[in-house]
Amino acid sequence: MTNNDRIFAALADDTRRSIFERVAERPHTVGELAAGLPVSRPAVSQHLAILKSVGLVTDEPDGARRIYRIDPKGLGPLRAWLDRFWDEALIAFQTEVEREDK
Amino acid sequence: MNHMISPAPVRKSVHVRAAPERAFETFSAGIEHWWPRSHSIGSSPIVRAVIEPEAGGRWYEQGEDGSECDWGKVLVWEPPTLLVLAWQIDGEWKYRPDLVTEVEVRFTPEDGGTRVDLEHRNLDRLGAAGEATRAAFDSPGGWSGMLETMATLAAA
Repeated sequence: MTNNDRIFAALADDTRRSIFERVAERPHTVGELAAGLPVSRPAVSQHLAILKSVGLVTDEPDGARRIYRIDPKGLGPLRAWLDRFWDEALIAFQTEVEREDK
Repeated sequence: MNHMISPAPVRKSVHVRAAPERAFETFSAGIEHWWPRSHSIGSSPIVRAVIEPEAGGRWYEQGEDGSECDWGKVLVWEPPTLLVLAWQIDGEWKYRPDLVTEVEVRFTPEDGGTRVDLEHRNLDRLGAAGEATRAAFDSPGGWSGMLETMATLAAA
């Protein structure tokens, strides 16, 4: 599975996508995220770990807490989608150009 | 705090067993013969994609109900070597005349055929990550369908 696939899989979960959207709006701590969602702090941490593993979010320490934010070096779901979009388009183009009955 | 992602350009390359002239023509004027039907933004099912074969030419799709949805336009028309298209669809699947991201397509002779190099750049103009994500996953017929497919594959 490519990382693009992992990005899509990561965002397929509704709760995880909500978490990502909130972090995209502004940096959040685990506590802030859990307070706004019907899931526990450990569950939020688990979701954030997945988002971090595919490069969508990053975190940094702030005293005893960790602040989660969009990874500015990350590819993001938009680019992942476009990457796949052009893969498919070019395969279709290649097939058409090479058709023998032209 | 600026939360906008600056994504790197998407870069793709494919080799085709055909001369550059044919590759260029098929890509542009011949787009209706290969553009995937899944790659559609209109509310009416797509009948064909169209690239008008000239500088400034329109790039759009025609729907079954006769409607047309703009994707962008031709910025550079230099057959058989270079085609640059403006992709003007934002993160909410809407055409915006003030938005221009560039899709550069180069056709280079290689190994008796043609290497086609595509670069889609200026992706940061497509919108802040949060907005693009919300729109992407909320808009009907937008990226959510593809996402569902990916999720299904991921779970398999």
